[in-house]
Amino acid sequence: MTSTVAAARKGASRTLTSTGGVRSMWGKLRSLGFLVFLWISLLVALITLVVLILDTIRTGATRLDTRLFTEYPSSRPAEAGARPAIIGSAWVIGATAALAIPLGVAAAVHLEEFANRHSKVNRYVEVLVQNLAAIPSIIYGMLALSTLALMGVSNKNIVIGGALALALLILPVIIISTREALRAVPREMRQGSLALGATDVQTVWRTTLPAAIPGIATGTILALSRALGEAAPLLLLGGLVFISFDPNGLLSGFTTMPIQIFGWTGNPQAEFHELAAAASIVLLVILLAMNGLAIAIRNRYQRRW
Amino acid sequence: MMTDTRTPAAGSPLRSSLPPGDPRARSITRGKPHHGERVVKVALRLSAWLSIVITLGIAISLLVPALEFFAEVPVTEFLFGTRWAPTFADATFGVLPLVTATAWTTLIALAVAVPFGLGAAIYLAEYARPRVRKIIKPVLEVLAGIPTVVFGFFAINFVTPNVLQSLLGLNVSTFSVLAAGMVMGVMIIPTIASLSEDAMTAVPQAMRQGSAALAANRMQTSLRVVFPAALSGIIAAIVLGISRAIGETMIVAIAAGSRAQMVTDPTMEGSTMTGFIARAALGDSRVGSLEYNTLFAVGLLLFVLTMIVNMISVQIVRRFRQEY
Repeated sequence: MTSTVAAARKGASRTLTSTGGVRSMWGKLRSLGFLVFLWISLLVALITLVVLILDTIRTGATRLDTRLFTEYPSSRPAEAGARPAIIGSAWVIGATAALAIPLGVAAAVHLEEFANRHSKVNRYVEVLVQNLAAIPSIIYGMLALSTLALMGVSNKNIVIGGALALALLILPVIIISTREALRAVPREMRQGSLALGATDVQTVWRTTLPAAIPGIATGTILALSRALGEAAPLLLLGGLVFISFDPNGLLSGFTTMPIQIFGWTGNPQAEFHELAAAASIVLLVILLAMNGLAIAIRNRYQRRW
Repeated sequence: MMTDTRTPAAGSPLRSSLPPGDPRARSITRGKPHHGERVVKVALRLSAWLSIVITLGIAISLLVPALEFFAEVPVTEFLFGTRWAPTFADATFGVLPLVTATAWTTLIALAVAVPFGLGAAIYLAEYARPRVRKIIKPVLEVLAGIPTVVFGFFAINFVTPNVLQSLLGLNVSTFSVLAAGMVMGVMIIPTIASLSEDAMTAVPQAMRQGSAALAANRMQTSLRVVFPAALSGIIAAIVLGISRAIGETMIVAIAAGSRAQMVTDPTMEGSTMTGFIARAALGDSRVGSLEYNTLFAVGLLLFVLTMIVNMISVQIVRRFRQEY
């Protein structure tokens, strides 16, 4: 449909614009120059992506072995690995998901299904959600840091603190994408449910939410993948520490993969840079898999109503 | 009289066709509320209100230590001082070195991200065939999903030695605001490209056809018709890019260097506001100490700057918005 329109447009502009003469020559050259600029713009992004991935693989491939997964950080690069960082990332992201998904979906359901749009409070909430999405991530680390200090927790390096910072960071993203998914569910489905005598809460729980699950899942996975790659807020919680044990609970000390990578890049020896690149490859593979899953869910399950 | 909470909200998808307050409204459009449903609704409402709590929490958690800081350091010394040395024996707290470094990295990032991001957006919205678009958009999403630590590592491991030193022959050391800003610019390209593309795609087809009917070619249509029509969305995209550049932490912490100095030349190294916070956080500063409060003073400045940028964006969008 769109392609036929585009083709028609192309044909139309071709016949209508060819007025001939020197001016048209210049015009054609300028158009060509413009098109070349557009191609270059696109290539800058694409080539950087390819070079970044190849450079990371080239630097890290030699060190991408089992030691990375089984060893603990060490001052001797040959013996160092990212085992506690990998386990720590799993704990922190798991806790982040457990905090952020229920809260984010609940807030979105309230705003989209029950809230009175004309009340002042709800309008404030909408503006705040938009604003929170634009706040630098490191600020959320400061929020978590002072919350822990306020609660009298002396050891700031705990999994639940990191999860709190990341959950607050991705909460606006989850709220916004869940609202979009709910909005895409046609009104008729809700009305059908209500007409059969369901209450509005039953309608949301049994009809609207199930219909919106693919959209919610896509948005949530993308938000969690952002949290997985995020390091800045966790630095404030002392995430950059030598950890020689496996993080094993919500109150355990932790470090995560991005922070471990940051720690290794700060080392002057080239061997540590190889380690950083190797850990980056692992992180990139996980993130690509999550992105791929999100895109697959979007393409496979998302229905146009 | 029905209370406001029981009346279906006007404009909500559950709205009935009856006027609010009509006693029949409830019986016709939904069943009797089940036991406990009020509790569910209150819980949902509270989760939505959490965003108010978070915003207040951020404001308070930044303000309280920052005010303690300003009790010891005069605001004017902080804002206009040109020497940042909080840990030295003769400590001075002039934040301008951090601000100049942030300004340089942000400007360099924008110099990369705005032209190339808009170029990519115009290509995707006006030139690309649907099939090409279908391939390129996910690739841009992947670029947007790369962790910033990996970008930072890429800056010192590849961009500085290969692009800046070998290819361009610049005399830069391992750390420079130039390398950090350039890589940050590439990081922001997908943000600007995808939001601007959305804005341009929303411009109605009839306007392009009208332009073509007046003998404009595709470049003229893109630049003189579509681009101005989508301007509010494009500016919003650029402003979001600016606030991401100001707040970006890991790239500058890795690649911009750690020396807090007035940055007058992009090849210099410099410590940005976020870079300072990240590095200072590594040390173990006691809660309530001046060192700890310094972090929050810089954090507050960062927060205020991004809020100002956001507000400008809202104003501009309101001013230039055109409804079709």
